[in-house]
Amino acid sequence: MKALPFVTVGMLLAALAATLIGLRSGAPWNEALLLGLPLGFMQAVLCFAARYPARAAPLAPGRMLRVAATHLSAAIISTGAWVFAGIGLARLLEWMPRHAGAALRLEHKAPTLAVTGVLIFLLAVTAHYLLIALEAAREAEVGGVRARVLAREAELRALRAQIDPHFLFNSLNSIAALTAEDPGAARSMCLQLAGFLRRSLALGQRDHVSLGEELALAGDYLAIEKIRFGARLGIVETVEEGCRDCPVPPLLLQPIVENAVRHGIAQIVEGGRIEISARRDPEGVVLTVENPRDPERAGSQGAGLGLENVRGRLRALHGEKAQIDVASPPTAYKVRLFIPWAGAVPAVAGLDPLEEASHEPA
Amino acid sequence: MNRPERLRVLIVDDEELARRMMRRDLASDPAVEVVAECPDGFEAVRAAAEFRPDLVLLDIQMPRLDGFEVLELLDPATAVIFVTAHDEHAVRAFEVHAVDYLLKPVDPERLRQAVSRARERLARREPMPVAALTAAARVAGAPLTRVLVRDGPRVHVLPVETIDYVEAQDDYVALHVGGRVHLKQQAIGVLEAGLDPSRFIRIHRSYLLNVDRLSRIELIAKDSRIAILRDGTRLPLSRAGHSRLREIL
Repeated sequence: MKALPFVTVGMLLAALAATLIGLRSGAPWNEALLLGLPLGFMQAVLCFAARYPARAAPLAPGRMLRVAATHLSAAIISTGAWVFAGIGLARLLEWMPRHAGAALRLEHKAPTLAVTGVLIFLLAVTAHYLLIALEAAREAEVGGVRARVLAREAELRALRAQIDPHFLFNSLNSIAALTAEDPGAARSMCLQLAGFLRRSLALGQRDHVSLGEELALAGDYLAIEKIRFGARLGIVETVEEGCRDCPVPPLLLQPIVENAVRHGIAQIVEGGRIEISARRDPEGVVLTVENPRDPERAGSQGAGLGLENVRGRLRALHGEKAQIDVASPPTAYKVRLFIPWAGAVPAVAGLDPLEEASHEPA
Repeated sequence: MNRPERLRVLIVDDEELARRMMRRDLASDPAVEVVAECPDGFEAVRAAAEFRPDLVLLDIQMPRLDGFEVLELLDPATAVIFVTAHDEHAVRAFEVHAVDYLLKPVDPERLRQAVSRARERLARREPMPVAALTAAARVAGAPLTRVLVRDGPRVHVLPVETIDYVEAQDDYVALHVGGRVHLKQQAIGVLEAGLDPSRFIRIHRSYLLNVDRLSRIELIAKDSRIAILRDGTRLPLSRAGHSRLREIL
């Protein structure tokens, strides 16, 4: 029980008790105060204690009558004890000659005090029920928010751990093939694969990275796929000045580029070109990834991309202005992301300058 | 015709590096002859018709036709060893139906074992469980969007919406598409199971109808009806077929 609310309630109840005792009873003001003060604080104790029966008897449909009976009897018993305690106090007071007849004067007021006491007790019970309900609502809200945050974190972790197993095993197969015919090439592909894995693990652990880092990762990835697909995979990257500093969620670009290879290039016998472009706009950066695709297999791309997830992560970092949309004529697939400058969370402050420098050729 | 001593093998993979490695691994076995390499499913079907291989090493993920679609179009007497980088769903199907498969990167020892098992399979004249595998490979619940038909070395891709009706003919189904007929070696029940059941209705033991093509139903005798299609074709309608049709319409 906290001191300030207790003292406040006690003083208020004391004032009320003293007024009731002193009002038209012939008792002098100091006598009313001497009795009212302890009675008020006693009642405050009772009011705060009403929390326990309120907790013990939760409100539930079908048992309201029983709850009401419980509290009414608690009110009557505690108020009865309270009134008798008041009379006992008045008897003690009669030891002082100035306050002779104090007990009798109080007994006249006993019915008024009792009725007021029961009403105040019941009011306190009501207040406790309100407080309990408020507390429960707040706990539920806090719990709900926490659950949502945890779910999102779990989702992100899962997403970051996601390295396309097809890519991994196919790359290993290419390395195995190269060991016999070109050991040097096999070794350099091993190094490229190790570099890609290391970098994607490192990026995945951060809250946000720069677009430059994402582009470098996509470049590593495409270089590896280029060994596997040979002439079937063409890559065109156009990045305007100043776009590379733009902060983005980690591994934002990677699943989009993976999709472009897996559902685009890999489905076309003669292959094609993946075009990645980043362009400055007054409001932000426009990033596009485009790939050709087999019109007969047009249905397959997009389903596994989790565009909703990409959109959600982008919005978590950049707010509602961030956009992602897809244009999919039968022979191509184009993902366009808009990343606004404004609303970009602590931005470049979070970037590790050393890491940035090691990734950027210029 | 005397059967050649050497096992005739066709390698199908869209990656050149992977094909080269497979060819090199097989070269160490003098009893094996690689007759051709193909970068995609259409080529595979064409080469299989031309070279009549005993064994096909078949990659699953390929452009145009995937490995399962190629399997459907091969002579069921041909032995097939599937090759995949990562496909848990397909691997489960292979395990269930005791079909040999290789995982990438390919272990040369496992390749040798698979080839010798394929030889035994060929000696026993044991056909591939084509219907069971194609059914298992399809993603549960997703109906076919196209039906593949082989015409000699050529593959016809028939989008399901272009099919008017299907007629059972012994071991074959005849697919009627805008007046043309394509024959495919498949049981009508297997084809029916793969098609969208709200579009293709089994109106008779031997007929599967695209409901979009139905014009009207005519009573020709007591309890005997026929379905008349938009182009005037008349198809028999069994009593069970009639009630299935009524349920849909």
